[in-house]
Amino acid sequence: MQARALTPEEHFVESEPYYEATGDEIAIFEAAYKNKLPILLKGPTGCGKTRFMEYMAWRLKRPLITVSCHDDLTASDLVGRFLVKGGETVWVDGPLARSVRAGAICYLDEIVEARKDTMVVIHPLADDRRVLPMEKLGTLLQANDDFCLAISYNPGYQSVLKDLKQSTRQRFVALEFDYPSMDMERKIVARESGVDTDLAEKLVKFAHMTRNLKGSGLEEGASTRLLVHAAKLIVSDVAPVAACRSAIAQAITDDAEMLAAIQELSSSLF
Amino acid sequence: MADNTPLSAAQIEQALGQWLEVEFTFIHVDELAPLIAALPREDQDFLLGWVRRIATTNIQIAHQFVLRAITRIAHMDRRMIEAWALHAMDTYDRAGSRAAFKVINEIDNFAQLSHEHAAGALFDEIGGILLTFIRGLSGRHLKLEQGDAAYTDSETLFLPAVVARMQRAEDNFKLCKAMVVILWAQTRFGTFRTGLDVALNVYPDRDKALKQFHALETLRLEACISRELPGLYRDMQRLKAESGEKLPPSWEHYAAELSRPEAGVSDSLRLLVQAYPGMVPDAVCYQCELRPDAVAARAAARIEREKILLRVNLARELEKFPAEIHDDNPRFELKIEQENHSSLPNFELTLDDAPAIPPDNVTQLLTSIYLDLGEIPAEYLAPAGPGEYDPSLFDEKKLDPDTVWQGTYHEEGASLYPEWDFGRQHYRKNWCVLREKDVKPLDDGFALKTLEKYSSLVKQLHRTFEAMRDENRLLKREASGDEVDIDALVEALADSRDGSEMSDRLFMRMHRNQRNIAVMFMVDMSGSTKGWINDAERESLVLLCETLKLLGDRYAIYGFSGTTRKRCEIFRIKSFDESYGELVRQRIAGIAPQEYTRMGVAIRHLAALLNQVNARTKLLITLSDGKPDDYHDGYRGQYGIEDTRMALIEAKRSGIHPFCITIDTEGRDYLPHMYGAVNYTVVSDVRELPLKVSDIYRRLTR
Repeated sequence: MQARALTPEEHFVESEPYYEATGDEIAIFEAAYKNKLPILLKGPTGCGKTRFMEYMAWRLKRPLITVSCHDDLTASDLVGRFLVKGGETVWVDGPLARSVRAGAICYLDEIVEARKDTMVVIHPLADDRRVLPMEKLGTLLQANDDFCLAISYNPGYQSVLKDLKQSTRQRFVALEFDYPSMDMERKIVARESGVDTDLAEKLVKFAHMTRNLKGSGLEEGASTRLLVHAAKLIVSDVAPVAACRSAIAQAITDDAEMLAAIQELSSSLF
Repeated sequence: MADNTPLSAAQIEQALGQWLEVEFTFIHVDELAPLIAALPREDQDFLLGWVRRIATTNIQIAHQFVLRAITRIAHMDRRMIEAWALHAMDTYDRAGSRAAFKVINEIDNFAQLSHEHAAGALFDEIGGILLTFIRGLSGRHLKLEQGDAAYTDSETLFLPAVVARMQRAEDNFKLCKAMVVILWAQTRFGTFRTGLDVALNVYPDRDKALKQFHALETLRLEACISRELPGLYRDMQRLKAESGEKLPPSWEHYAAELSRPEAGVSDSLRLLVQAYPGMVPDAVCYQCELRPDAVAARAAARIEREKILLRVNLARELEKFPAEIHDDNPRFELKIEQENHSSLPNFELTLDDAPAIPPDNVTQLLTSIYLDLGEIPAEYLAPAGPGEYDPSLFDEKKLDPDTVWQGTYHEEGASLYPEWDFGRQHYRKNWCVLREKDVKPLDDGFALKTLEKYSSLVKQLHRTFEAMRDENRLLKREASGDEVDIDALVEALADSRDGSEMSDRLFMRMHRNQRNIAVMFMVDMSGSTKGWINDAERESLVLLCETLKLLGDRYAIYGFSGTTRKRCEIFRIKSFDESYGELVRQRIAGIAPQEYTRMGVAIRHLAALLNQVNARTKLLITLSDGKPDDYHDGYRGQYGIEDTRMALIEAKRSGIHPFCITIDTEGRDYLPHMYGAVNYTVVSDVRELPLKVSDIYRRLTR
């Protein structure tokens, strides 16, 4: 594919993304969207939250604007700011304001990472007011009917500082995601990468081994995304043990002893 | 340049004479010296270095060591000799000289050397990796420890100190890995599920029956492993081939029978009837030992405990459901789904047909019970009624430290810490036994009196500390930010009209600074602080807490003291989670001089606590009145200083900044060595301590 420059509002998901439903999440999302309710996705990293958003954007035929939140992300980064152009100040909309205007789906990934002041602009958007206060312009932006707010949150990071406040979480329809069942994960890995089911099964087994280690020195086990990465490497003729090391073990830990142990696990399996 | 000429017998005799204190011990070194003199210099240095190190622990062991090591140094790997020496000293620490002599004397047993210069796998080096490895495999949470042989009691896997059966280090590691997997497989695939004792007792020669059964089970488990972990299975086949081990032809049909996926332990017992009269096949290299007695002792207690735990946990689960959902007789049901014979089941828990998602600890329990019994009996699923079990039966025991100390000494519930032995140049394992205790609060208005006494100082401290408080402030003229800085913009526009270059720093940004500091105060509570030092310490702490309130830094205060390594005590005055209130004030008032100053272990413990706090800067500040010291076991002097220094180095390595405030005017002689040249302050007048401590803190964290 050639590189193309798109404005966020033009970012429609054109072809159907591969997504395996694990429950009734599609129906719930559609119902929430129809009723203009904001949505909260919970779950560990790499279990398919972002893929689900892409799939829903495709299904609902709305542009998808994703913002990955980081600890320096402020309300201005979302709403917009004045810039200086040719001696004058010019207002430039932030991604949230653009979504609200264009009726896009705005997906704020890992919302707890953002600064606390971002909540001020999210709260009025997330209840039935559906307005975005643009303090610096002195206006309130009423959302387009097609606009949808979705945020994601990983409850696995057990840090007091990184918890979602009740006043925030109680505005959202929550969908819980987890790693798929063994069967389905096998199917996903095989389908996404093209490895045979036997290898996919071993990879899934390997992922479960690393997930067993959660709490014994690993913060998080291998996600489905990492399995797909490893499987893709294997399809491109990388030996399975080496693929697991590069695509999975190195991605989940830097600790030398943990790496060695994970390496032993994969060499036992393949 | 190192001198490579070998030492002469006379030189060696002199050195040995000194280390082994021949004048008092009457050890004869005159015959040893010529033997060592014949060795190359490198070997001499290695050997003599170890004699010197071991002699600091026990001279007789050092003597026995050198006697045996001389003949082995030529064909034994250096690492193995080191491991042997360290193992002997560890044994000495743990079990005394008789056990240590046994280790020294049985060097050939210790390593089971089948090859010259074999590079063994040492438990100390591989234990960590293998433990993580085992945790990754499914099933019960197992522990891994060093033992006298390789076996399991069904909760802990034991490996010997050294495995050196193969020539190369990698192969020995692979062998250890195969051993732990075989042991894991015993717990995972139900070797102990049947009452093994009863089954074996019907045979006249129980030992032989056990051996035959073990061989049969190993065949069955190998087959399980070949399905679960094919990569490891290949390694196991190779190890077996390299050791030249072959299954007797008469046993091949057993192997075929037991490698069926549905074969279970009952099949091994069934085949035992046929196999019993025949020859016992040689044990394969990774077979380990089977100890039904060790398992039986553990399993009986575990099965009972886990039943209680499960029922209690289910009762807790029940509380999560509103009472109207379930009727008076709530019933959990469990659906066990199993993909195939070898996989662990998925547990689906329902309460009156509504799905209940079991928390991780319940799933763990279910798995463990399933591994023991092969099913979850229905009575296990009845939630425990109120008061049905005494909570002390299943809750982790929290013993009152004082009652534990009384009577015979007891290590249960205490934390064990290593200690650095500078003579040995190695740690003594699990050497110090440490307990946390609370300081008894004392309600005598000490804090108020102190604040009154120093009222003018308190005001002054308030002023200086307020100035340090880091507040949000607006940064102007930034290259990026939330808002346009109009002043900067006007200036920049003027500049550009003027023809000069326009600045790009046109924005304002809110700067939010968090101090993000966590401090641990470690207060000397040794007997020597009795009197005004103790008063000064307590006053300092009161003033410090007053001022720290302003800064919002997280801090904790602990006192330390103790007598001997078996009784190290840490006194909790204020933990990180506690806020400074009346109780903490009373505890400060209640700080009373105790016994000695074993500093290393206190630093290790408090550094571990400090490391649990998430902060950018971590400080460990010691308030002390002298050198590390302890009763009667040689901690006084260089040993204590070196151990403290090592504990501080460990703390620094983990990202902690240690600092020491002392009133020992001789502190300059040893503190630079322990804390580093700039990381200490000597307060020469005790009365100044309360004035100084807050000030030092201010300077440190500025």
